[in-house]
Amino acid sequence: MSDKAYFGRRYMLSASHRLHSDALSDEVNRTTYGKCNNAYGHGHNYVVEVLVGGAVNPETGMVMNMVDLDKTVENTVLTRFDHTNLNFDPLFVKRVPTTENLCREVFQLLKDALPADQLSYVRIEETENNFFQYEGE
Amino acid sequence: MIELTRRATFSASHFYWNEEWTVEKNEQVFGRCARRNGHGHNYTLEVTVAGEPDPVTGFVVDLKWLKDVMEREVLDAYDHRHLNMEVAEFAKVIPTTENIAIAAWTRLAGVIGQGVNGTAVAQLSRVRVYETPEIFAEYRGGQ
Repeated sequence: MSDKAYFGRRYMLSASHRLHSDALSDEVNRTTYGKCNNAYGHGHNYVVEVLVGGAVNPETGMVMNMVDLDKTVENTVLTRFDHTNLNFDPLFVKRVPTTENLCREVFQLLKDALPADQLSYVRIEETENNFFQYEGE
Repeated sequence: MIELTRRATFSASHFYWNEEWTVEKNEQVFGRCARRNGHGHNYTLEVTVAGEPDPVTGFVVDLKWLKDVMEREVLDAYDHRHLNMEVAEFAKVIPTTENIAIAAWTRLAGVIGQGVNGTAVAQLSRVRVYETPEIFAEYRGGQ
């Protein structure tokens, strides 16, 4: 029997973005992204849900110390993206900051910062009604 | 008298900046909200009207009408917009949650106080704007 368990935590960040692809004409951008293509951008309170999984440490009873996860997410994700315009982040200079792409980038940043094989998925809720989830390749 | 409240959401970006102040003072007072590239929120607009239920319909106002008014007067102007750059009332007024609540009140007050055919005449009672689930500002027309 495996003793793997999962631990999830939710974080919030407020950021703005504009969906616009340089590979598309202005007109196609407009029809593809609609109001999300408005020139000055708009914003969201994104909820970032992080799930980590692993064996329960017999000494602590934990999959991972919540304090450590908080620190990692704060340092690698929240400090970087909270109260910013995503389009100006180097990661999104050549990539549209859709929440799909944000989700993949956040996953990669956290994967690199957390102990190997601990990150299970990253889910980002853009509004109460839509969310995106990435579990790696 | 009974109060009736309807909610709607909009997504917008903004930043806080007082042109009369130095860069240092803006950054000191507004912190990360002063970053000039802006940032954004999912706002919730909560509009409360007060009145007597119509004896025939039982409505204080028709909720579909209230929805249309909120969309036409506020959401069409604010949703998926940069408040500082694209909304006239914030060209010179900092779009804090407080000021958004006041501005939304101003947009709604003229329409809601008037009543419409087939609905009871209700008064605008308060406007509440949530910037995040934890932070809101409320305006009651200065009362």
